[in-house]
Amino acid sequence: MQFGIFTVGDVTPDPTTGRTPTENERIKATIAIAKKAEEVGLDVFATGEHHNPPFIASAPTTTLSFIAAQTERLVLSTATTLITTTDPVLIAENYAKLQHLSDGRVDLMLGRGNTGPVYPWFGKDIRDGIPLAIENYHLLHRLWREDVVDWEGKYRTPLQGFTSTPRPLDGVPPFVWHGSIRSPEIAEQAAYYGDGFFANHIFWPKEHTERMVGLYRRRFEHYGHGSADQAIVGLGGQVFMRKNSQDAVAEFRPYFDNAPVYGHGPSLEDFTAQTPLTVGSPQQVIERTLGFREYVGDYQRQLFLMDHAGLPLKTVLEQLDLLGEEVVPVLRREFAALRPTHVPDAPTHASLVAAAGGPITSTLHVTDEVTGRTAEENR
Amino acid sequence: MSTRTIAVVTAGLSQPSSTRLLADRLAEATDRALRLYDERTELVVVELRELAHDITDHLLTGFPSPRLAEALDAVAKADGVIAVTPVFSASYSGLFKSFFDVLEDGALEGKPVLVAATAGTARHSLVLEFAMRPLFSYLRAVVVPTAVFGATEDFGSNAAGILSERVERAARELAGLVVSNRGSTLADPFENPTPFEELFSAP
Repeated sequence: MQFGIFTVGDVTPDPTTGRTPTENERIKATIAIAKKAEEVGLDVFATGEHHNPPFIASAPTTTLSFIAAQTERLVLSTATTLITTTDPVLIAENYAKLQHLSDGRVDLMLGRGNTGPVYPWFGKDIRDGIPLAIENYHLLHRLWREDVVDWEGKYRTPLQGFTSTPRPLDGVPPFVWHGSIRSPEIAEQAAYYGDGFFANHIFWPKEHTERMVGLYRRRFEHYGHGSADQAIVGLGGQVFMRKNSQDAVAEFRPYFDNAPVYGHGPSLEDFTAQTPLTVGSPQQVIERTLGFREYVGDYQRQLFLMDHAGLPLKTVLEQLDLLGEEVVPVLRREFAALRPTHVPDAPTHASLVAAAGGPITSTLHVTDEVTGRTAEENR
Repeated sequence: MSTRTIAVVTAGLSQPSSTRLLADRLAEATDRALRLYDERTELVVVELRELAHDITDHLLTGFPSPRLAEALDAVAKADGVIAVTPVFSASYSGLFKSFFDVLEDGALEGKPVLVAATAGTARHSLVLEFAMRPLFSYLRAVVVPTAVFGATEDFGSNAAGILSERVERAARELAGLVVSNRGSTLADPFENPTPFEELFSAP
């Protein structure tokens, strides 16, 4: 099972000091957090994609390739990539490039956006959210699997004889997760392709996650990709820890009370009871997290939100130490012991290459239409 | 004899409240009217005052607390709804509106709804026609033709008899719609998802 963190890149004032980090500080902090994730033994770092303040999460492949250059093992992912408003051709190019640069340490999670105006900002209509996600992904899927694509759809300029470059590393496209809080169409889409499904699982009651994952598993089996319990499921989660749970609650409360999304609403106590948020000791986090599999089954990836709501970098790095040293090793052991052998791990580049029967050189040597010679032959 | 569930949503803030009083009279009259159709009535009363904090939290977080979820579910599953609000600043109260703002889309589709309101004087009575009826039309409910307005004076004067008549007539209309309603249970998209082939036909 993979463990990691995901960030939305919010630039939020620290409510205990009133100080707001600069964009530059927040961007650099994101890099420090990702490197720390690898240092403490986590497997995955994922960044969101937002195109509005107070977020610094635009240009995700720039961030991820910078991290790739400074890490060795960490899988770099997104949470989420906007499949609705981003040209699928650019997604195909950017993430294939990142795949080459990171030696295959990349996958993607697709989502639909955090704010209504992001659609018109990119020339789209929010009422087309689901059809855009469906059509754009179909094109992305083809661009990574077919060297030459003819395409005509509703939402972008047609393509004739188009080749997306670079071709995916070793001929194997990055693994894709589809994320949605409550749209059954997206669970259906993930199941149809046999891709992964990621339930955000933060800020909302577990019932949403349970229904979405249940539907995805059922339909995964329906489409013949394996049994329902072999479907590839990822979950989010949000935690804040200190050795003593009272210290965790006291320290986190001002951040909770003033947080974007849920601040100035329910009490910390109500929200921790009603959503997967866990504030307490590492032991409490372990117990709560192990409980997730009771309503989603054995799953493959657990990402935690750790750097949200204005928490200072120093605190976030301390949280990652606790996560890496005290929580994840126990979770790895316990989840592995509970998991039946026929339930697969999350796909990685290596496992996908192996499943494809080994790497193939995917570079396309275009033939000159006039001379009939390729560039290599001309050399 | 079968049982029909009537959800009574009442937005009065004082206790005791004349809004609740009117809601109770409408509920009792509906119970009597349904008996004439040989139907039993199960009443579920949703006092919005008790859910005011939960409703605000829902507006902020996007999901209901367990007890608010129970109330929303009761309204969505009811065979008919009696919705009663005090008049605040020329309309339904903000709390009343907020409750219907957080109700799931489509929950009232095709559902018979009896609308009623209370105020200090009868001068506010058209709130039923220019605020309440359009709200429930927007929510695709079937609004009972007779809307019931209770001014303070209606509870203790010669006008009281007139209020009773309106209560009885509105309740009869609601009962008639409830028994003739074929039900409009929404298809559960999780039980019956749209197959991918229908979401998309590949170019």
